[in-house]
Amino acid sequence: MSSDQPFITDDSQVVTETRDARMTGQGDRFNSRLREAFGSSPFILTKFDKFLNWCRGSSMFMLQFGIACCSIEMMHTYAVKHDLDRFGSGVPRASPRQADVMIVPGTIVSKFAPRMKRVYDQMPEPKFVVGMGSCTISGGPFQEGYNVIKGAEEVIPIDIHVPGCPPRPEALVYGVVKLQERVANGEASPVTVKPYELEEFSDLERDELVDKLADQIDDDELVMRYNFADSP
Amino acid sequence: MSLERPDTVDDGAVEQTPDELEALLGDLVVDRDDHLNAPGFVIRPDTVQETLRTLKEQAGYDHLSVVSAQEYENRYESIYHLKKYDDPTQEVSIVVPADKDDPVSESAEPVFRTADWHEREAYDLIGIEYDDHPDLRRILLPETWQGHPLSMDYDKDRPQIATLPEHANPLEDHHKDAESDTMFLNIGPHHPATHGVLHLKTVLDGEQVVDVEPDIGYLHRSEEQMAQSGTYRHQIMPYPDRWDYISAGLLNEWAYARAAEDLADIEVPEYAQVIRTMGAEMCRIAAHMLALATFALDINGDFTATFMYAINDRERVQNLLEDLTGQRLMFNYFRLGGVVWDLPEPREEFFSDTRDFLDQLPESIEEYHNLITSNEVFQMRTIDTGILPPDVAKNYGATGPVARGSGVDYDLRRDDPYGYYDELDWDVVTEDGCDNFSRLLVRMREVEESAKIIEQCVDLLEDWPEDERNIQANVPRTLRPDDDTEIYRAVEGAKGELGIYIRADGTDKPARFKIRSPCFSNLQTLPEMANGEYIPDVIAALGSLDVVLGEVDR
Repeated sequence: MSSDQPFITDDSQVVTETRDARMTGQGDRFNSRLREAFGSSPFILTKFDKFLNWCRGSSMFMLQFGIACCSIEMMHTYAVKHDLDRFGSGVPRASPRQADVMIVPGTIVSKFAPRMKRVYDQMPEPKFVVGMGSCTISGGPFQEGYNVIKGAEEVIPIDIHVPGCPPRPEALVYGVVKLQERVANGEASPVTVKPYELEEFSDLERDELVDKLADQIDDDELVMRYNFADSP
Repeated sequence: MSLERPDTVDDGAVEQTPDELEALLGDLVVDRDDHLNAPGFVIRPDTVQETLRTLKEQAGYDHLSVVSAQEYENRYESIYHLKKYDDPTQEVSIVVPADKDDPVSESAEPVFRTADWHEREAYDLIGIEYDDHPDLRRILLPETWQGHPLSMDYDKDRPQIATLPEHANPLEDHHKDAESDTMFLNIGPHHPATHGVLHLKTVLDGEQVVDVEPDIGYLHRSEEQMAQSGTYRHQIMPYPDRWDYISAGLLNEWAYARAAEDLADIEVPEYAQVIRTMGAEMCRIAAHMLALATFALDINGDFTATFMYAINDRERVQNLLEDLTGQRLMFNYFRLGGVVWDLPEPREEFFSDTRDFLDQLPESIEEYHNLITSNEVFQMRTIDTGILPPDVAKNYGATGPVARGSGVDYDLRRDDPYGYYDELDWDVVTEDGCDNFSRLLVRMREVEESAKIIEQCVDLLEDWPEDERNIQANVPRTLRPDDDTEIYRAVEGAKGELGIYIRADGTDKPARFKIRSPCFSNLQTLPEMANGEYIPDVIAALGSLDVVLGEVDR
């Protein structure tokens, strides 16, 4: 399960002449826990995938992405009291091209969803998404609104949901740490069903609405179609 | 005492009786439709400009708060709520009915610049068209949206298509030659300096901004519809917390509470008023701290010291608010007729925590002055940039720290008192620099005033006799205000005048619930401040406006 250690190190009790020799004349700084863990040789054997997963889980670059109320709590999560950086996951990046985790903090509405999808698409693989708050999960208190997408999962795949309105910073920290654990164990979710995709306008099924908009929208313009009656 | 009106008020705001106004308007008035808060005059849809100009120039109604539009069974209606900056208790409503089949009404934009966005919104959500409007198109919803969601025949379940277009350079026509070197630059809707999901369509000539157009609607969460489908007593109160979500929850809740209490004639006990006042001012401190933090972030560019310092102080005041309300951000603490529960037990601990916070506040404000306001680089970036002259601010309906940073002495806490404010000793802060720096300075000085208010409230609450601690008035289980009563009431939110217009239809839910958000009007001034400046000044100007997109888009 995800709570397992990312990798099992060697028994630290192995003491060899080689190691003693290395330490002769050196200061304490070489006498680290890691050195003990490595034992006689500075090599560890593991699977490459496992190693990379561990790296990913240990240095997550977050997209600096604010949508609504939740982003205020997200800012608090990065700041003095909660300090997400302690967990190796608090490097806010202003550009999606430098980030590998997107925290979606807020309500997604029809006008914003295609833009959010574009930002998500611009992030390099592998990428992970934390859905923060009720709106991101289901539309939350605004679910009945005429303009509100009923959860970010209608648009992009989400790995971890953090419930709350808004979730406290502690809850977000917990969610991110859980994601890190899963990433380190290679357990991130598969891409989930995405009922709404960005499509070229001409690829849409020719129904009444498409016919009506045909003279306003260019054929190769990207559009997102919302069928509010069918969404959950 | 500080609550005395400044001299200008006595000069400028001569009060007219409704009959005098009717005489002034003469033939323009077709009918009377008085609201609970103000006299109302019905006029013909083709005389809007003439009427508003008369009121503005001859009667001094220089503040168009909001345009509320709605649809009735037999007509459409736009209501222009006018006030005076010198004395906002003097109000008048101009009601403009429009034809049911062909709803066209004259635009007020030539008289009040602020009507531009308000009328676009009315067109977008209700479907009223405004003749002569400079740029009548959708503002909150995608341009390809079908139907007007707050009109009566709107089908919520119909499919919709939202486009993701390449944005064209709006100035291209003006520079037809190939030599033209203007560049079109999108800022947002995902950008760390836009304070949320705001899209600025910017055109640059070299490094200078020649045109900037805010494109909003990326967080339009149907708040008005949500409020219209909730019952007055309990179901609406959670939503105000989510308008201006920068922890200004109690200030927003007060806007709804004030409108609904006046509508349903509910008297709030004095003790509850003091608690409300104290909580609201704590919220104001929290909101201004975040404004300061993010403004420093905009200027300095990263998560640096000032941000952390200000968030630290915000955490402290949030802890107090959490003790008081039981929630960290979405307080849901006000009830119609009072508050939901009394101060936390043990009370002494709450009071001493609050006093501790107030005691260290002067020191941290000193720190901010050392860190930023006295920083030469910061001053070079903010002084004399983003100029907003007072008359322009008024024309755009700017309020709050934005107006006060331009020397407009307008604060509803003093000018249209509610709660316990008129019993306390504090001052309205204004600065006349009209630039980015003064707006920040106003916020910082307002924090000190808020601290003064909190301190006086704590003193009062500490000595309040135990058997007189009444936190709730008697409120009927179901509120059903009379059919066709209308009210517009505003409070001073963290960003300015936050007003609510409610029309009751005799049921337990409002028939129309319109939110006048200060940020919506304030954001409209951005092109005025930014055109001709450099790109970083646009960012600074936007930061100094302190917009919250949840409130702009609602």
